[in-house]
Amino acid sequence: MTSTSTRDLVSQPYKYGFVTDIETEKIAKGLSEEVVRLISSKKNEPKFLLDFRLKAYRHWLKLQEPDWAALGYKAIDYQDIVYYAAPKQQDKKQSLDEVDPKLLETFEKLGIPLSEQKRLSNVAVDAVFDSVSIATTYKEKLAEHGVVFCSFTEAVAEHPELIQKYLGSVVPSNDNYFAALNSAVFSDGSFVFIPKGVECPMELSTYFRINSGDTGQFERTLIVAEEGASVSYLEGCTAPMFDTNQLHAAVVELVVLDDASIKYSTVQNWYAGDENGVGGIYNFVTKRGHCRGARSRISWTQVETGSAITWKYPSCVLQGADSVGEFYSVALTNNCQQADTGTKMIHVGPRTRSTIVSKGISAGRSSNSYRGLVQVGPNAKGARNYSQCDSMLIGDQAAANTYPYIRSQQPQAAIEHEASTCRMSEDQLFYLQSRGIGFEEAVSMMVSGFCRDVFNQLPMEFAAEADKLLALKLEGSVG
Amino acid sequence: MIRPDAEPLLEINDLHASVEDKPILNGVNLQVKAGEIHAVMGRNGSGKSTLSKVLAGHPAYRVTSGSVRYLGRDLLELEPEERSRLGVFLGFQYPIEIPGVSNLEFLRVSTNARREKQGKEELDTFDFDDHVRDRLQVVQMDPAFLERSVNEGFSGGEKKRNEILQMALLDPVVAILDETDSGLDIDALRIVAGGVNQLASPDNCTLLITHYQRLLDEIIPDYVHVMGAGRILRTGGSELALELEKIGYDWVDQQLAAEGVA
Repeated sequence: MTSTSTRDLVSQPYKYGFVTDIETEKIAKGLSEEVVRLISSKKNEPKFLLDFRLKAYRHWLKLQEPDWAALGYKAIDYQDIVYYAAPKQQDKKQSLDEVDPKLLETFEKLGIPLSEQKRLSNVAVDAVFDSVSIATTYKEKLAEHGVVFCSFTEAVAEHPELIQKYLGSVVPSNDNYFAALNSAVFSDGSFVFIPKGVECPMELSTYFRINSGDTGQFERTLIVAEEGASVSYLEGCTAPMFDTNQLHAAVVELVVLDDASIKYSTVQNWYAGDENGVGGIYNFVTKRGHCRGARSRISWTQVETGSAITWKYPSCVLQGADSVGEFYSVALTNNCQQADTGTKMIHVGPRTRSTIVSKGISAGRSSNSYRGLVQVGPNAKGARNYSQCDSMLIGDQAAANTYPYIRSQQPQAAIEHEASTCRMSEDQLFYLQSRGIGFEEAVSMMVSGFCRDVFNQLPMEFAAEADKLLALKLEGSVG
Repeated sequence: MIRPDAEPLLEINDLHASVEDKPILNGVNLQVKAGEIHAVMGRNGSGKSTLSKVLAGHPAYRVTSGSVRYLGRDLLELEPEERSRLGVFLGFQYPIEIPGVSNLEFLRVSTNARREKQGKEELDTFDFDDHVRDRLQVVQMDPAFLERSVNEGFSGGEKKRNEILQMALLDPVVAILDETDSGLDIDALRIVAGGVNQLASPDNCTLLITHYQRLLDEIIPDYVHVMGAGRILRTGGSELALELEKIGYDWVDQQLAAEGVA
């Protein structure tokens, strides 16, 4: 090897980089109160939502972009972004037959068939293209169980009381810079409501696709599981290759009541930029779950492989007694990618438990940081946390950092933190090779072995996909 | 077993190799025929281990001149994985730990890569499970080791048994065992040596790289070679190893000094 061949190995072309040629309705670039009002009026929103947006916007104006993360990037010009873009089609379709075939084709190409015959069995999909949701599958079947799964826009029209009750209740509109921005201009996203006692009969999934080159994507996901309800939800993301950066600032809110559980899995494969760091998505995302009820449970699993910049800390507020929060993460960075990701586990209620397993893989000249907070409040008697943060370095030019923050105001809490760093060594690769295993397969075997604890947490259909995705990201021409 | 009409499996001709531009091998010549067991002895730094790494294709070692023919083809132009699939096996002196990679899965992928080249059927997980349990007996290894990560947390002796287990699965034509006896107590040494003896056949050959006579009490070599300054200085039968046990290696220095090398 080997630094050369490892470099070749990790520079794999991005196969989702195509652009769909479709007529798009865009508003002019730039952000102002008028733009916020325009977005709201385009979506015929009720007044409470416009007020929510305006309050967020006015607050955002007073905020500074955070700079505490271990990330370096060119300043974002917020006036150079289009805040609303939608493929030109009539209002939300009643049937998939009416959806522009180009859009269906796009999702087909991405491996997300939306047409009736080819749908993934037992997975309902909401497909979001630029700023709007274009189709949601299996809606009727879910409705039979009382499960609501639809685009955010539809939810506002059909279930305004639920939106008004829960929107911003986990991530307030003034929570942070990017959450405030999202709250002001969010365009669409997914809404899930699982009523009391219902176990959602299928996996739910949202697939986000950025298509336009100058458009920001600001989606909003809200999932509510009432008492005793449970759901497993997966999101996937891709974008075309542009030599400019696109901003993605999403907000995800999860609410779980007594004995309810949400398992939220992400396979993030936004365009990461080229090998010199030109282009790629800036991914600034606020994800938070609120275990409101006793014995409630939230599990975040993420496989982060894309984006030029990743700033993301899926968190759990463990308020209900005996509630459980979990965070399982694989973050792979290559070339010039930068990731600052981790979680926050806020223990409020008694006997709350949390588990953090983070696996960072850095290749190329990338930088990969784990940043996590474990906070135990004065009432969280008997709280427990276990954290494990492992980093793997490939080649000799990548960086891995771990920033664990632990704050406890509760003497009867147990907090454990383990961390390790290893380098994928030439000798390990040679050992596998000398047993007939090709170089690429050897790398992918080691990487997937390293990530196994996390992959085991993914829904089965997606575990294999995630494994393949990492292999692809690390695959290339071995000389 | 020496047979005059046996087919040469490995032919090393005037092999020179270096690490980071420092020459380590300085003209090794060695021919190994089917059915033969060769021992390569010598002090630390004599080039024994380098020879084994070069034969297996370690990327840190650069061949500067000379050739190695294996079954009539140029071994040196093959990637390490290709060498293994074609039947070259290196038993490591220090088997590497690979956390997170299941030993069983590793053995299965590795075995199937070799079997494909041999024109044998691929073994699925169930068939492989039976196959590996059968081969475990060669080294009297506890099946529990299959469930662990490759070599992770294995004792020195367990790692060596795992190497011989791999040899048993890969069915090599040329087995190069680098200091297989190091770190073994006498019982483990007997088990490992017993495994090697079981696997030796008229169709394959074994190259034992070792410091000590004690391994050669268990595995009787047909030839013993003594390396010094990166080449073979002396070749004899198994009695040469016994002689070395008595006289040591001081004569190597004298010989090299006389040649003006050391």
